[in-house]
Amino acid sequence: MNITIRLAWRNLWRHSRRTWLTIGAMVFSNALLVFMISLQFGMYELMIDNTLQAFIGHMQIQAPGYKDDAKMRQVVPDAEQLAATLRQELDLETIAARSAAFALLSSEDRSYGVQIFGVDPRYEPGVSTLPGLVKEGRYPQDRDAQEIVIGSVLARNLKVSLGDELTLLGSGRDGSFSAAVAEVTGIFESGVIEMDRSIAEVPLGFFDDVFYMDGAAHAVVIVTPGLAVIEDYRARAEALLPAEEDLVLHDWDALQPGLKQAIQADISSAFFMYGVLVILVAFSVMNTQLMSVLERTHEFGIVMALGLTPGRLGRLVILETSLMGLAGLFLGALVGGLITLWFTYNGFSYPGMDQMAANFNLPSRFYPQATLLTLFLGPAVVFVGSILSALYPALRLHWLRPVEAMRAV
Amino acid sequence: MTAVRCIDLCKTYRQGDQDIKALDHVDLEVEHSGFVCLSAPSGGGKTTLLNAIGGLDIPDSGEVWVAGQRIDQLSKGELAAIRLTQIGFVFQAYNLIPVLTAQENVEFVMQVQGVAAADRRSKSQAILEEVGLKGLEDRRPAEMSGGQQQRVAVARAIVSRPALVLADEPTANLDSKTSDELMELFVELNNHHDTTFVIATHDQRVMAYAKRLIKMLDGRIVEDIEQRAA
Ligand SMILES: Nc1ncnc2c1ncn2[C@@H]1O[C@H](COP(=O)(O)OP(=O)(O)OP(=O)(O)O)[C@@H](O)[C@H]1O
Ligand SMILES: [Mg+2]
Repeated sequence: MNITIRLAWRNLWRHSRRTWLTIGAMVFSNALLVFMISLQFGMYELMIDNTLQAFIGHMQIQAPGYKDDAKMRQVVPDAEQLAATLRQELDLETIAARSAAFALLSSEDRSYGVQIFGVDPRYEPGVSTLPGLVKEGRYPQDRDAQEIVIGSVLARNLKVSLGDELTLLGSGRDGSFSAAVAEVTGIFESGVIEMDRSIAEVPLGFFDDVFYMDGAAHAVVIVTPGLAVIEDYRARAEALLPAEEDLVLHDWDALQPGLKQAIQADISSAFFMYGVLVILVAFSVMNTQLMSVLERTHEFGIVMALGLTPGRLGRLVILETSLMGLAGLFLGALVGGLITLWFTYNGFSYPGMDQMAANFNLPSRFYPQATLLTLFLGPAVVFVGSILSALYPALRLHWLRPVEAMRAV
Repeated sequence: MTAVRCIDLCKTYRQGDQDIKALDHVDLEVEHSGFVCLSAPSGGGKTTLLNAIGGLDIPDSGEVWVAGQRIDQLSKGELAAIRLTQIGFVFQAYNLIPVLTAQENVEFVMQVQGVAAADRRSKSQAILEEVGLKGLEDRRPAEMSGGQQQRVAVARAIVSRPALVLADEPTANLDSKTSDELMELFVELNNHHDTTFVIATHDQRVMAYAKRLIKMLDGRIVEDIEQRAA
């Protein structure tokens, strides 16, 4: 074994209690970091999933300008064909064409202005959680059926139930007047009042007829297998866009700008706190190593007198710190990982979380998930911080004079 | 050839409001394969002179040459390299590394020099046997007597066959038999390997082994006697 490593190792066990205390501080903060970061990232993932998978999807192909000012005539031509091509080329089933219009919906008694979506009954369940939220009746199955699915609040407001007929009035793609009658075959309940009050869905073929869409739709919605692969799919999908059409591909950040900002704000405030924690640990390491260097002044004098350079001694101090740091890193990741794992199975919640969860349309329990990133991000930063804090005691050795050091007790 | 040359060395320490001349215009030349004893009453400047020769301490003025190289102006790193490769030290207080065993202490310098493990082991075991410590290889300094620790320190100084050995009271804690054995080992190294020895001592028996005896008083060399080794 290398003499420096051997010296470092033995030096650590000379004051085993002090060494364990220092490692303990690292393990504690590392475990805390692992758990907090796992929880935090799990929450983001959930926020994104819940928000995006409800309706928006990870990406949408639209006509330029539609995102900011949705006009009926800003369409994706042959949208169903494009969606089919993408499904095949990307080998991804969760792609669907969708149209949208504002219309007046009337029952016998009342009328309400709502947003009507034309959806492809076969593929819409893959890009939206809404079809799964139908509590009464069923979701349409036939592309051309004259059927409509509405939210529970809207049904109450219109005083309709399954089997009743609704009249639809609006203006078509070309601006002309359009009207139709559809049967209520399903009522969904998302729990989000806004959605349950103002959204209705009809099959895409029916929508096409009523609003004179002529095969076009307003968006092709894409959901990828996960946030991490979005960029990958984005590049591939972009290459498949028909060159002769003027179309754009927006990702979720463009479609739902508030979400990323909220997450980023949360990340910066959380990481500020983590930073404070890391600095505290770093100072405790610096304190330990300064003490251990000071009390070994005599010994360091000897080895320098024997011909060891201050640089080499400095490396010894850094090595001792690295050994402690590595122990702290792996033990901390282990403990933090186990704590996280426990909550992965049992869920995590704290007082007041229900309230916040309700506001963001999230479940009131989180199931944090440890990943390689959440396991090692915090501990790695603590490790680097410890090494940096050992630099000062290590560099001080350059001012040590062997004769004086050997005289010290 | 000259192993050590000191020219007009001065070193003054301040103690309270007194100036103490630990070295007072010292001129000294030790030829290659010399065997020199420095004798002086306590406080006479022996340790200060050895430290200056070994580059552990920088004199206030004067020059120090070791093996033809002027060393009093070298950097810490260069001095460390010279100590590592050319000089073996026996310090006045034996100064072993507490976390290492006797054998590891002896191997330490060789290890820093990069000597292969097998080579190190055989050399360190042989030298420990020669200084009479066979069987104590795995003891740490705290588990050995003063005399045993001192012999480990001597073994460490000579094991890598340095050209120059600077020994400060190497026999202070030894009985007369053990110190005779140690001196005979030094003489043998001096005879067969041309190792140069500069030994500071109070011990009459040690002086008897020297080819040359230098007496100091208050930082000055007062006598320089050529004598035949016993
Ligand atoms: N660091 C120091 N600070 C102040 N005075 C010192 C220092 N080192 C040595 N001296 C003084 O310098 C003088 C020479 O000391 P030195 O250690 O060289 O003597 P020595 O001959 O080795 O003595 P001994 O036989 O007791 O070891 C002494 O008077 C001592 O008090
Ligand atoms: Mg002395």
